[in-house]
This record gives sequence, C-alpha cells and structure tokens, in this order.
Amino acid sequence: MDFSLGAAVFYFHPLKCSVKLNRSFPWFGMDIGGTLVKLVYFEPVDITAEEEQEEVENLKSIRRYLTSNVAYGKTGVRDVHLELRNLTMCGRTGNLHFIRFPTQAMPRFIQMGRDKNFSSLHTTLCATGGGAYKFENDFRTMADLELLKLDELDCLIHGLLFVDRVGFNGHPECYYFQNPSDTQSCVKKPCTLDNPFPMLLVNIGSGVSILAVYSETNYKRVTGTSLGGGTFLGLCCLLTGCETFEEALEMASKGDSTNVDKLVKDIYGGDYERFGLQGSAVASSFGHMMSKDKRDSISKEDLARATLVTITNNIGSIARMCAVNEKIERVVFVGNFLRINTVSTKLLAYAMDFWSKGQLRALFLEHEGYFGAVGALMELLKTTEDP
Amino acid sequence: MAECVRVDSSTSTHTMDKSITLPPDEIFRNLENAKRFAIDIGGSLTKLAYYSTVQHKVAKVRSFEFSYTPPNDKLYEISVQEEVTARLHFIKFENAYIETCLDFIKDHLVNTETKVIKATGGGAHKFKELIERKLGLKVDKEDEMTCLIKGCNFVLRNIPHEAFVYAKHADSEFRFQTTHPDIFPYLLVNIGSGVSIVKVESEDKFERIGGSSIGGGTFWGLGALLTKTKRFDELLQLASKGQHTSVDMLVKDIYGGSYGSLGLTGDLIASSFGKSATADKEFSKEDMAKSLLHMISNDIGQLACLYAKLHNLSRVYFGGFFIRGHPVTMHTITYSINFFTKGEVQALFLRHEGYLGAIGAFLKGAEEDNPNQYSWGENYAGSSGLMSVSPDMNPMQRARSGTFDMLEMDRLERQLVNLPLLQDPSSYIPDTVDLTEDALAREYWLYCFEEALDGVVKRAVASQPDIPEATERAEKFRQKYRHKLQTLRHQPFAYGSLTVRSLLDTREHCLNEFNFPDPYSKIKQRENDVALKYYQKAVKSLEELSWEQRQFALVRGVLAGNLTPSVPCEQRPWLVDSYDQWLERLKGPPHKCALFFVDNSGVDIILGVMPFVRELLSRGTEVVLASNSGPALNDVTNGELQILTERIAAMDPVIQAGLREDRLTLVQSGSSSPCLDLSRLDKVLAMVVRERQTDLVIIEGMGRAIHTNYYAMLSCESLKMAVIKNSWLADRLGGKLFSVVFKYEVPAGKPSQDSAALTPS
Repeated sequence: MDFSLGAAVFYFHPLKCSVKLNRSFPWFGMDIGGTLVKLVYFEPVDITAEEEQEEVENLKSIRRYLTSNVAYGKTGVRDVHLELRNLTMCGRTGNLHFIRFPTQAMPRFIQMGRDKNFSSLHTTLCATGGGAYKFENDFRTMADLELLKLDELDCLIHGLLFVDRVGFNGHPECYYFQNPSDTQSCVKKPCTLDNPFPMLLVNIGSGVSILAVYSETNYKRVTGTSLGGGTFLGLCCLLTGCETFEEALEMASKGDSTNVDKLVKDIYGGDYERFGLQGSAVASSFGHMMSKDKRDSISKEDLARATLVTITNNIGSIARMCAVNEKIERVVFVGNFLRINTVSTKLLAYAMDFWSKGQLRALFLEHEGYFGAVGALMELLKTTEDP
Repeated sequence: MAECVRVDSSTSTHTMDKSITLPPDEIFRNLENAKRFAIDIGGSLTKLAYYSTVQHKVAKVRSFEFSYTPPNDKLYEISVQEEVTARLHFIKFENAYIETCLDFIKDHLVNTETKVIKATGGGAHKFKELIERKLGLKVDKEDEMTCLIKGCNFVLRNIPHEAFVYAKHADSEFRFQTTHPDIFPYLLVNIGSGVSIVKVESEDKFERIGGSSIGGGTFWGLGALLTKTKRFDELLQLASKGQHTSVDMLVKDIYGGSYGSLGLTGDLIASSFGKSATADKEFSKEDMAKSLLHMISNDIGQLACLYAKLHNLSRVYFGGFFIRGHPVTMHTITYSINFFTKGEVQALFLRHEGYLGAIGAFLKGAEEDNPNQYSWGENYAGSSGLMSVSPDMNPMQRARSGTFDMLEMDRLERQLVNLPLLQDPSSYIPDTVDLTEDALAREYWLYCFEEALDGVVKRAVASQPDIPEATERAEKFRQKYRHKLQTLRHQPFAYGSLTVRSLLDTREHCLNEFNFPDPYSKIKQRENDVALKYYQKAVKSLEELSWEQRQFALVRGVLAGNLTPSVPCEQRPWLVDSYDQWLERLKGPPHKCALFFVDNSGVDIILGVMPFVRELLSRGTEVVLASNSGPALNDVTNGELQILTERIAAMDPVIQAGLREDRLTLVQSGSSSPCLDLSRLDKVLAMVVRERQTDLVIIEGMGRAIHTNYYAMLSCESLKMAVIKNSWLADRLGGKLFSVVFKYEVPAGKPSQDSAALTPS
C-alpha cells in the first residue's frame, strides 16, 4: 500500500504494485472525449542518479517537454493550477500534471508519438473515452502503439475517488456553495466526500452521462442527455460566431438571458400562483426570439448567456429528477463543461437546492474533467502486477 | 413557399382579413339559439365554443287505442314530431379571421340572455377589448391549465377514439386507443412555448408536477435565430428535410462505432449541435432545424418519462401547439418516449387536442347546466375530423389554412356506461375489423357504401312522399355523405378508427342532419304488420315439434328471420357451429336471465326472436329485450318493440304472463346504430342486467354479432347468431354468401363445452 496520504480506508482494489516490478516510465493516462483529450502525466521526482543514467534520451526529452511548457502547439494546455505535487503512486513520488487539447488535434498528437518514437519506450498507453476506440487503429498503424482501452465510466469513478482521497495539495478536492439561493451571500466552501456512497454522478462533457454510484465497483448509468457542453459551445458558435469555449463563456458572463428567454412574468404579468411558479422563472427558453423585433435587437452576449443558462438548467432538472427517482441526495457534478464556469456551477447549486426545497446538495470537484484520465493512469499501474 | 393568409403570432399587429365572407350555414351553425359562449385564443388559432339547441324531426310510433279499428289495418301510427336536442359547437379558425367572425356572431346572435363570454389562452388578454366591443359581452378569463384539463377529461370520457399513438412508418399513421372507462390518473404534457407536466387524478384534482423551459418557444425562437426562418410551420418543414447527423455529434463520432458495454448504438446523439462548434463550416438551415427538433423532442420525452416513472403513470398524453397535428413532432416525441422507456410508456396524442382549452372554458361557464352528468357523442355529420397536416399525406394542407375546422357534439338522452358483463372493459374493442389498418377491407367497404348511396337516397325520398322538398334535401344528404366517404378514403383516421360501424353511424348522422329521421319507418310498419299475422301459426307449429326438434327450429327461426325469406338457411355444419354445445347446455338447468340484443323489424323480431324468447320464458329464464333507442335502418326501435310486444301478448299467454310477472322486460340500448358498442350502453340497461343477475347474452344479426362484438369476451355465457349477407365478408371469413355463424361461448373457468373459433382463412 503505497500512496497513503492519511486515508484510513480504501474502498477500491488497492494498487498492489510491487516495487520490484515497477512499471517503466513514462506514466500516462489518457481520456479521449468527443471534444477534448485529457492527459495526465506522472513526473517522478525521486529519480535516483542510477535511474537518471539509465533513462533513455527519449524519455528525458518527453519529461522535459511536458514539464517545462504550459502550452503545447496551438491548442494544448497544461492546467498548472491543478497540478498535484509530491504525490506517491506505486512507491514513487512525483507530480501529476494535467494537460488537455482538442480531440481534433488527435492526428497531430499521434504523429508526434511516432516522431518521438514513443513505441520504443515499451510502455503501455492506457486510454479511455470514445476516442480510445475511434483512434485505436490510427495509433497502431501510424505510431506503432498499442492502446490499452478502458471503460470511461470505470475510469471516471476510480479517478474521482482517488483524487478526492489524496486531496488537492493538502486542501479538499470537493466543494459546494453555501447559500446557493442568494446571489449575494453565495460562497464556495470546501468539503470532503467522507462517505461518498451513494452518489449521483453527473458528468458533463460534450454530452452528459448520469450515474448512480453505490460503491467503487457498483454503479449504473441512469441516463444521459445530448444537451451538454458540446451543445452549449455548438450553439454559441452558430449564434455568436465565437470559436472557443473561453470566448463563449466570456460573452456569457456579460450577457443577460432575460432579454432572450420568456419568463413566467412575461406571460402572466407576475407569479403563476395556481402552480406556485415565480415570475422570475424561465417559462420558455429563447421564447422572446419568436418575435422578429426582439431578434433584431438582441446582443451576442445575451444569446451566449441564454444558451448557457438553458443548457445548465436542463441538466440540473434532469439530474434532480434522477436523484429523486434513485433516492440519492448527493449530486456530484464533474466534466469540463464546468471549467472556469461559475455561472453554471452556481446555477446548478441553486437549482438543486431550490427545486428540492433543500433536500439535495450539489457538489463539485476541482479537477472537473480529468478523472477519466486519472482512472486510466491508475489502471496502468494496476496492470503492473501482472508481468 | 406558397403564401397563404397566416399570421405570425409573434408580430404585434394582426392583419385582419375582413374581405372573407363566411358561409354561415356551414360554420357558425345554430347561432340563433346559441348561449354560453367561450373562446380560447392561442398563438395563431382561435377556438370558439357555444351551446345550442337543434330542432329536428323524429319519427314516433304510437299505438292505436284497442277499441279503435285502425284504418288500413295498420298496426300503429307513425308521426313525425319536432324534437329539441342539445348540441355543443366548437369552431377553430385562424386569428386573422377573428374580427370577421365576431361581427358575424353579433349579427346572428338572437339570444339576449348571454352576458358573458368565458375566455382562455394566451391571446385572450390581447383580444379582450375587441371581443367586448364587438359582442357586447363581458370577457371572463379562466385559468388556462384548468380549462385544458377540463377539456381533456371531457373528450377522453365522451369520444371513444379520442387518443391515438402515432406510427410514422406503419400502414396507418394513427393507431387509436380504446378509451378506458376509468380515465384517471394520467399525465398531460402540454408543450406550448414552454412545457408543463400535469398529473391529473380526478375531475377536479390535478397538479403541475413539473415542466421545462425548453419547449415550442425554444424551437421557434432558437430556430428563427439559426435559420432566419420566421414561421413555426416553415421551421417544421425545414426540419423534415434536414439531416441532423451533420450537426450533431453521434456516439459513433466519438467511439468510431457503438458504445457496446452500455448498449448505446453508434447512431445515438451524444451531443446535440456537438459538430457545430467550429468556425470553418457552414451548416444548412434544414440540418440545423432537424437537429434542433431532435434536441427539443428528446429532451421533453426524457423529462416526461422521468416524471411518469416517478409518479408511476403509464398514460401520457401530449398536447400544445408544438404537437397539434404535426406529424413531424408527433414522430420525434414518440421516438423519444420509446427510447427512454424501452416501450413501457406510449406517447398518446388526442384527436381534438386543439379544442381542449375552448371545451374547458365552455364547461366552466356551463357548470350550472352540469354538462358532465350527460353523455355526449361526436356528431360525424357536423365535425371536420382529424386532418393530417403532413404534406405527403395531404397536399391540400396549404389551402386549408384559411378554412374552418369544426367539432359538434350531441347531448345523448341517456347516460352511457359499460355492459357490466364485459370480461375486460379496458381491452374491449367493439369492431371486428379496423379498416384504418386493413387497406383491402377499407377499399371494399368504402366502395360498398358509395354503391349503396343511390338506394339510400331513394328510400329517404320515398319515406317522405308528401313533402315536395324531400328530393332536394335527399340530394344534399347524398352530397354530404359522399363527401364524407371521399374524406375517409384519403384520411381514414378522420373520426378515429374507420370501421363498418363508423361508416353506418356517419350515414345515420347525415340522414338526421337533413331531417330524414327514419327512412324505413313505413317499411318496418308494413313488415311488422305482415309478420304479426303469422305469429300464432308459427308458435303452434313449433309447439307440435319434439323438444329437440323445437330447439333447432327456434335457432333456424332466428337465423331465417334475419334473412330474406327467399333464401334457404345453410345446411349444418355451419361456418361457425357450436349448436351441439348449445343444445347440451339447454338440457341442463335454465339460465337465470337472458339479455337479448335484437336486430330487425318484421319477421326477424316477430317470428324469429319472440318464439325464442317464449321458449326461454317457458324454461324459467327471465328475458331482457334490448332494442335501439333511436332508428337505424330497419332495426326495430324500443318504441316499436313496445307496441309489438303488447300485440303479441294479446295473442300469447306465455308472453303476457312474462310481462305481467315482470319476467320479460324491454329496455333501450341507448344507441341509434345498426351496430353495437357494449361499452356505451344505457345506464338503465346496465342496472337491469346487474339486478337480474344476467347469465346469458344473446346478440343477433350481422351488424351486432359480426361487424361488431364478434370477438367480444363476456364474463357469462354468450350466443352470437347471424347470417353473413355479404359475399365479400363471407369470403373473408372463409365461407360463402349466407353462411351461418352460430357462436356459443362459455367464459374460461366456467363448466363449458368447447367454444367455436372462427379463423379467417
């Protein structure tokens, strides 16, 4: 048992890797999604002089390339602020780096793997996400690399539980919003997932998957929706001409969705008391856009905001129904849609609290979209035990 | 895109088309007596409702006094009387016509008692001033959702084929559901600009359990932004031509194939609009509209399923302008529901969905008349029926936008209920063949009814020899019914499932519409008269037979009576023949009480049915004779049967004793159809059946035992007897013309002989 950072109980099969059969570096875990590729890289910091000697040039250059840069090519980014430092994994100490790039850049990435002669390193590339299947053949034929394909939901859960357990450099990985119903006093508060089960896990990537998790190995996919992060970005691009998620969010942060959405009060003049609907509730997303005059006078920022609010509320609504149907009170939201997206996290926290009358609590995790990749890396270390 | 007079409801100024002239006879009918107005003004359509009374002629029979020797030896007197019945009128038209319509109503409204008009719908507010000014009535607003639910309850309860499932690729687009007698609880998903999900538990108890802001307004608003297309209908048109796969990210776009371990197929949408997150590609309007339609339909379907599951409801009705007769949205919603519930929940749609608000508002205003204590029936003659707005199905749809759609409902004299002896009321379907699904049968019967039309017109004229304008009216009837048949040829689903029964009923409604209440009255009178003369002789010859010979002769008598005299009865074994089992049964203890649904006048009732009844009475079995409340073809009506029974009783002590001792009872069926719907029978009949512990049901004749109820399963013994008088049908059933069906059945679990099964070859 190696990576003990004070966690008393391990819920999942421990990483029984013996030091003798140590997995050769580099250690990667990869999650190839519909929009983004998430890559975690374990940089050992306890390399002995002996190891340093033996380390092939190739491996060295990869390590240097990844750790000395924060951006790779035009689109690759290292999320430095997420780095987990001095982590012990499989008896080794090191830093875990979090890197992402668009799935569109996958061919170039494979190309790079070939150019750097990655296949000579005799490592296993553990990959999860749909792309592990889609690009399997490309890896094989173009870079002579054999992928170890892993189920994305298994990886997601393993990775999430692991990161929560090791914590975020001494701080909790998990947080929630206090006073979610009050925009003035709503504050982010750290917390721990001490006894995490059962939880409803809502993974918002390009699309959305909703899982009911009862233990580390016992979970089911309850449902999913195609209205996810991809829908937000896709619609924003069409409506505003923006090109990136960051741009879309930036616009959304400045917009006002009530110019676009029809509210209850726009229809009923106030609250719809018969049904206990507040006047400020959205009655029809994009409902104002049925009118030509309003279409002609709307700003891009308002449209971006409305798109964001629509998608977020819808996910909240489905998640809430699932939580009620599955009788689970803890709803954990993850996925890259939530990256730098406090509009959505706060809205989700509010929606869970308000519509459940305080019964449900929305929880979030700092490493939003990287758990699948972490889970894939853990699988790599686990496979080590079988020589 | 063809232009037509339509108004985009989103524009604030409505173009009032005042140039149109309304054909008053056809649209706002019976306005003179109209009262209790209600109006539902939606985004583009206005629905007007009012209550009126209709005066029409009915044929009455009246027995002559015994002391009086009737002239020409006639049995009874036929008189045509005026009768006033209640009718509900619902008219749907484009908002553009609202002013013209209000003017028209004002000009024709005579009833001055009316002071208030009930109003609902989003547009009620906008048009309040106009309505008050034009009509001089005070607009009284009613809650939209309350009206919707009230209307929904009303149509579900009163219109048998109100609900349907939609199947785009099936032979028949619409598959109608038999309405359960118990309509609650259900879920109503109303997709207007947003979505409301309402759980309805009883007439007055409903609750909005959820909703979504992603609804019709989102499709329209977002669609207009994305495609620069203004109108909702045009957006749907675009969507029906598009390919969503170029815009949506599918599972296979991510996985390269399916996500096998989760059972997600490659074609599943993983992320709506997931492929449009790029600046370097153009997307077609059609593709974006399609993707949007899928996104919204799937989302609504998913939420509806989650709510249905949470509240454990399996009946989910969809309505609202997003649905309203649009095949495209009905298809995508159906698809979504099937996907999310794996077929456990069916998406149900309503034939009169567009009228619910108006019906509900009307009912709110008519509460003092207590309309819910009556049964109502759709008048096929005065109702437009369901139109497909699918461009492929109905190329005329563009021209239709300027037309008026109507629904008329007649108040039935009697409250209708299920026959208490149905084995499973919820699965009972009266009709043997659904012509909506059977194209060959449909072809044949439509042709058949068209061919027969000349004869019907002639008979109608002949039934009113002293009225000169009868020919003109009969001609109008011909046109009306022919038009109905033509409509049904193109839209077999217009009035629910098309059946021989519905074709017959539509004809009766049309005849009534043109004041031919009973074209057969004189023929029936004559035939009854003749048959009565032979009654005693017939009974005497039966009495001379041995018991076993007599039983057979009685059955033959019923069959022969049901037949033209010149045709000999088919030799046994008959096409369906469980006579031996019946005979065995007769050797056992007598039945407690037999309910006999009778058919024709004349020989049938007098020389066929009555001797049979007589034998039952003699065995110690009580008999309830059920006959039509109103006339249909040459079927004996309750009024006629009362007179006939009295006459027979005067000649026959057995019948007389039966009547006197109350062992023979006459009841009305509550119907005026040549067929029989056992789920809509007079409440009194049901009561009598229960009180007398009826343990045998006899159904006679082609209309009641073959076209309908052939497969009806009863909870007691039943006997279905008929001669197949149509060679096509005989052929279908594996027999020939004048084949006999004698079907004696004992429900499973009761001591029984084998029941005959008829399998079409």
